[in-house]
Amino acid sequence: MKFSYFPGCSLKGTGRAYEESLLAVCRALGVEVQELDDWNCCGATAYMAVSEAAGYMMNTRNLALAERDSHELLAPCNACYLSLKKTQHYIAEYPSVAAQATGALAAEKLSYTGKVKVRHPLDVLVNDVGLPAIKKAVKQPLKGFKVAPYYGCQIVRPFAEFDDQQNPVLMDKLFQALGAEVVRYPLKTRCCGGSLTGTIGEVGQRLSFILLNEAQRRGATCVATVCPLCQFNLDSYQAEMSRQWSPVRMPVVYFTQLLGLALGLDEKALGLQRCIVPLPAQEVHA
Amino acid sequence: MKQPTNGEARIGFYVCHCGTNIAGVVNVAAVAQYAAQLPGVVVSRDYKYMCSDPGQELIQTDIKEHQLNRVVVASCSPLLHEHTFRTACEKGGLNPFCFQMVNIREHDSWVHEPGDAATEKAKALVRAAVKRVALHTPLEVKRTRIHPDVLVVGGGIAGIQAALTIANGGQNVYLVEREPTIGGHMAKFDKTFPTLDCAACILTPKMSAVASHPNIKLWTYSEVVKVDGFVGNYKVQVRRKPRYVNEELCVGCAKCVDACVYKEEKFEDEFNEGLAKRKPVYLPFPQATPPVVVFDPDACIQLKTGKCKKSCLEACDRNAIIFDQKPETKEIEVGTIILATGFRTFDAARLPQYGFGTLPNVYTSLQIERMVNASGPTDGHIMLKDGRTPKAVGIIHCIGSRDNRTNRWCSRVCCMYSMKLAHLIKQHTGAEVFNFYIDIRAPGKGYEEFYEKLQEEGVHFIRGRVAEVADWPLTKEEEGKLIIRVEDTLAGFVRRIPVDMVVLATGLEPQPDAQDVRRLFNISCSTEGWFLERHPKLAPVSTFTDGIFIAGCCQGPKDIPDTVAQAGAAAGEALSLINAGFIELEPNTSYVIADDCSGCKTCIPLCPYNAISRDEEKKKAVINEAICKGCGVCVAACPSGSIVQNLFTDQEIFSEIEAVLG
Repeated sequence: MKFSYFPGCSLKGTGRAYEESLLAVCRALGVEVQELDDWNCCGATAYMAVSEAAGYMMNTRNLALAERDSHELLAPCNACYLSLKKTQHYIAEYPSVAAQATGALAAEKLSYTGKVKVRHPLDVLVNDVGLPAIKKAVKQPLKGFKVAPYYGCQIVRPFAEFDDQQNPVLMDKLFQALGAEVVRYPLKTRCCGGSLTGTIGEVGQRLSFILLNEAQRRGATCVATVCPLCQFNLDSYQAEMSRQWSPVRMPVVYFTQLLGLALGLDEKALGLQRCIVPLPAQEVHA
Repeated sequence: MKQPTNGEARIGFYVCHCGTNIAGVVNVAAVAQYAAQLPGVVVSRDYKYMCSDPGQELIQTDIKEHQLNRVVVASCSPLLHEHTFRTACEKGGLNPFCFQMVNIREHDSWVHEPGDAATEKAKALVRAAVKRVALHTPLEVKRTRIHPDVLVVGGGIAGIQAALTIANGGQNVYLVEREPTIGGHMAKFDKTFPTLDCAACILTPKMSAVASHPNIKLWTYSEVVKVDGFVGNYKVQVRRKPRYVNEELCVGCAKCVDACVYKEEKFEDEFNEGLAKRKPVYLPFPQATPPVVVFDPDACIQLKTGKCKKSCLEACDRNAIIFDQKPETKEIEVGTIILATGFRTFDAARLPQYGFGTLPNVYTSLQIERMVNASGPTDGHIMLKDGRTPKAVGIIHCIGSRDNRTNRWCSRVCCMYSMKLAHLIKQHTGAEVFNFYIDIRAPGKGYEEFYEKLQEEGVHFIRGRVAEVADWPLTKEEEGKLIIRVEDTLAGFVRRIPVDMVVLATGLEPQPDAQDVRRLFNISCSTEGWFLERHPKLAPVSTFTDGIFIAGCCQGPKDIPDTVAQAGAAAGEALSLINAGFIELEPNTSYVIADDCSGCKTCIPLCPYNAISRDEEKKKAVINEAICKGCGVCVAACPSGSIVQNLFTDQEIFSEIEAVLG
């Protein structure tokens, strides 16, 4: 099982813990990943909003690089995942976009046929590696963990390729397999505020606060995410939110960190020390 | 009748303008000019409307004046006017099968842009028809008698109405229903819109009329398993499932139910949509027809294990219980069939954002129908799971309707039944009622007036598709409530409306086994699974299989008035066939040239209509022309080329191909 790996900017910056934990669990579960050589920014939502065409071209280049490597392309960041998917969709549906992409790639002697498959690690770990294999590899079941699984918007909207659009369940199933308790969390695909936390802070933070407050109300001991921006938004502003609305204190971790803990991997190797709100020690050493 | 001589073909050719339908795209004058010089054509004309009386008279006059022995008309689809022109030929004294029709509308002008290419295509099609028609030979239409008995499948209001209409007309009807009782969905309703008359009060008299009618044979708990034959002469097998009760003896006193070893009602009551429980032996509802109990083989201890003390047997003073009852197959002969197999409601759990099955106090509309019904699980009280009366209720429209992710169609009845339920909920509880709708569709007699009445009653109407039924409060007032999150598209902002109870107005879907039923009866379905009518406007209850008609929601969502009207129409079509006493058979059937047949039997299993048998004495295949539908499978399969199909001989087909290509 080998994948080309497209970290995007987040996993090299604010989302380092995601990269560390993802690579660690992949190693532990026999998933080989090779970082895409000379990858570029996906443009995220920002670039698409300014120039859609340029956004598509940036993604097409990454897709073309992946086709050269002829493996499926692993995109752990939800924004990268969606940008790549969206680009593939537009190239397949609109000949004018396809022609533009072909032209742009020719300058670099690259080509894109559309055959490369873009995959999210949640999909790969649960569906390719599979829950039975993961269960077998568990060394320290996540007893005592009450997890609120939070999927964010971008892996289910508009393309819901590997899970239910309204009520995704792959993470729920994964944590149950790891021995954790999963709280019913109906806000699992609601907006975290996205880049609003950086532009209109109080609006973005309010959205994040609703998510955290409800997880707390439902007795969760942590929120698990699959997206670096969600993790950043939820983890970073809890002190301000508590001042502004009501007290919240809720660890927010990557699903790969919880998986790594269950596999018995080292806390540091999983980047758990990078959380602003730390996962309580008794849980880590349960 | 004038027969074509074996000598020269004298062909009359006519091309129709069809107003601008054809003439706007195809140069009809050029086509007529072209046809005039084709071999055998003695008259060639273009005319504005060939199907009009003057158009038909043109053909008749020409036959006489020019001694035509063949006719070709280039116009629309033969489905529409082949019969018209064949009749015109016959009136002119020509055998109607010395005629060929060319479709240059659906196959040409409607699918191409105006220009030379469309005209060239028309010429090619005309060339082919002219060449093949010269080879046509006169054929005779045969007649067969029609069996006067009718099979009606499905005992909802559609089937009931159709059966009663036919039975009152003096014909025998078999009414076959899959469930233990007739009544269908309508039996579950409390009131009907917009008149608010009691559903049971108008339905149950019809149900008992069915049960007591001397011309109706009612088989409930039964399914059609095999259909053979053709219009006028269908042979049908009906499987009667065991209900473990002698229907002749049981009077529905329900003493066995009281005596059952299960003292508590433990099993899900289908009739009450899961809101109540029943015992292993039960009467589906008080007015069930026939009034005969039924044993659930998955629940009854005796039927499951054979080890029950069988207190029911002692309680039954009519000895009606038969634990070793076996399924029974009945064979019947009927001339016509009416399918009224109904619909199922959309499974609300498919849209998890609305909380059905996960949040308490989220109900489907059918559940509320039962709840509001005086004989329902709560004796007519609308209540929450904890017994309280709701103070605010939200009704969400279009659940599984008008939605690209589930079903794209409008289910047609939900707006109206939602308003009916809103009225009843308000009347019973005094609660604030909110309707969340996309558009209100109230296009029936008295429907718009009902909508207005509801608004006057103070029922709220909020336009917007609901995003979610949430149980995560943001304020004190929202604690413990179901919060409806919706974009109010009239007010222009997003709202959170807390309520105690949510009603999901589930849409109508085809029955899950619609495809199997369609294959059984050899009719067509739309891609969604609704049975396909022969023509959406002009043959709305006929199917593409002669003698089989459709009525009610199996054809598409509709309300009770439309269903009853359609059932009457289907019954009328059946009676019309029966009254005629015979049916005419298309002569495009196949026959075996006995001298060439080697008796290899290849054709026999291939015939989809079982029309071919083997004459064991002569060791030859024989085709029953009354059963043959002219599909041509045997002709293609015959290794010795000894089967010929009328109107589709090899020479006719090859000459057509040659001409269209060259």
